Amino acid sequence: MNTPLLEVDNLRVTFPTPRGDIDVVRSVSFTLGRERLGIVGESGSGKSMTGRSILKLIRAPGTVSADRLAFDGIDLLAQSEKQMRAIRGARISMVMQDPKFSLNPVMTIGEQIAEALLTHQRLPRREVGQRVKAMLESVRIDDPERVAKLYPHEVSGGMGQRVMIAMMLIPEPDLLIADEPTSALDVSVQAQVLDIIDELVKRKGMGLIFISHDLNLVSSYCDRILVMNTGRVVEECEAGELRNATHPYTRGLLAAIPRLDETRDELPVLDRSAWANS
Amino acid sequence: MTALSLNNLDISYGETPITHGVSLDIAEGESFALVGESGSGKSTILKAIAGLAPEWTGSITAFGKSRSHGIDRHFARLCQMVFQDPYGSLHPRKTIDATLSEPLTIHGIGSQNERVEAVMASVGLDRKFRFRFPHQLSGGQRQRVAIARALMLEPKILLLDEPTSALDVSVQAEILNLLKRLRREQNLTFLMVTHNLPVVSFLCDRLAVMRQGRIVEIADVADLKQGALREAYSRELMEISATHAA
Ligand SMILES: Nc1ncnc2c1ncn2[C@@H]1O[C@H](COP(=O)(O)OP(=O)(O)OP(=O)(O)O)[C@@H](O)[C@H]1O
Ligand SMILES: Nc1ncnc2c1ncn2[C@@H]1O[C@H](COP(=O)(O)OP(=O)(O)OP(=O)(O)O)[C@@H](O)[C@H]1O
Ligand SMILES: [Mg+2]
Ligand SMILES: [Mg+2]
Repeated sequence: MNTPLLEVDNLRVTFPTPRGDIDVVRSVSFTLGRERLGIVGESGSGKSMTGRSILKLIRAPGTVSADRLAFDGIDLLAQSEKQMRAIRGARISMVMQDPKFSLNPVMTIGEQIAEALLTHQRLPRREVGQRVKAMLESVRIDDPERVAKLYPHEVSGGMGQRVMIAMMLIPEPDLLIADEPTSALDVSVQAQVLDIIDELVKRKGMGLIFISHDLNLVSSYCDRILVMNTGRVVEECEAGELRNATHPYTRGLLAAIPRLDETRDELPVLDRSAWANS
Repeated sequence: MTALSLNNLDISYGETPITHGVSLDIAEGESFALVGESGSGKSTILKAIAGLAPEWTGSITAFGKSRSHGIDRHFARLCQMVFQDPYGSLHPRKTIDATLSEPLTIHGIGSQNERVEAVMASVGLDRKFRFRFPHQLSGGQRQRVAIARALMLEPKILLLDEPTSALDVSVQAEILNLLKRLRREQNLTFLMVTHNLPVVSFLCDRLAVMRQGRIVEIADVADLKQGALREAYSRELMEISATHAA
């Protein structure tokens, strides 16, 4: 059998606190092929930390350890920071959860996309402008010339997200980690942006880790799902089977989702008393 | 009585026109949703009402009183906004207490201590959070603070920009239940922007669908629940939402 694209065995992310070390990700193990893996779970359950640790982007004093963390057979934990920089962006890229913090506030949208393009290939000036425009169009920005000249604070919430996605897809990575990439998009634009990502999964065999709060979206878009709670994977299932999940925590999340034909006067919430002690 | 009325509102940023002829009437106590295309001008409409996008023509009226283009203190007391981004909207170096007291100081309102305590209680924030900083709170707790801040001046209208899109479904349920309860208890009027049509079904009475700076349809939530929106674009949004449902 071929080596999987990504192997994660016993991943742990630890932060020191005044009350001792805490593991915000603990004994997380999974493998990923050229497929779409969804990660869901409540706020603070360790989804983003899991995604960032694959790129070794956990800031000190946080630390990452694992029995194995390998991408395309490369032992990531053994890579130097310089070697990691060559992998990031070009081979593994990540759409961060908050576009407003990930975009450079003093550069226009067009300049930032051009920069992302030029770190991976050389192109004549004229062509750069055309590629930037085409990239903005592909994420359904209707007036790319105007938007290319805007600064991040001048674009709408959903436009910022689409700019981030455009930048991360330009190099056509082998693995895309997308952290809440479409939470600010209307469902129609969302469907089109997901189609673009899907196209890369199908055509190039890209692997996708899709982190989201939207359980319905993940279950209709991904192949497989991990459910996280307090740093652990509590349930793993085929995406289409999410609605039949058995873990009480997953059932609690599912019950809290409002429906299009909603009739309940109040939505059920998780009983946090078990872990609401901070 | 009409709580909020927009009449023929054209908003622009510099040379760029953003909205075209937006008109809406929202009754007192009503919860009204603004949905539609990303970039269509939904946040811009809330910003114009809140005084943060001053270049507009047409009229904005709350309880019969027209808004001026500049800072309008009278209007601010009637109408408060909760922003799209719960991480960026709270000052990182101000405690929750300072954040909540500030609007009272600006408007010269006394008995601050009691008011801060009362509002924290009404949004379900434990007193132990009062002297914490935003980074010491979870996303859901921060969103409660943002709602509490908007309630400090006892407004009659809340403008809510994607109040739950950054939250997990369980915290979203808590915030939606909270908003529903506050509206009932304080007879508040809501104008809420969201992409999530099931959230509209749960919390709202009517909705306006926007595309490219214009309202394409205004409908009752009953029509949304029954799949009976009229316009092609509204139907597209509704049908995609329905296919996601578990
Ligand atoms: N610098 C830090 N020091 C200590 N704990 C931290 C630090 N940064 C993050 N954490 C904790 O790590 C845990 C996991 O955070 P993570 O960002 O992975 O959550 P998440 O599942 O992505 O949540 P959300 O859905 O809100 O984005 C959280 O409990 C968070 O408080
Ligand atoms: N400060 C600004 N300067 C120039 N243009 C702006 C500014 N703020 C917003 N815009 C433009 O106004 C348009 C509408 O933006 P707005 O934020 O109102 O959209 P929205 O409907 O809220 O979208 P989303 O659902 O993505 O948040 C966008 O084209 C945006 O680029
Ligand atoms: Mg996260
Ligand atoms: Mg917006």
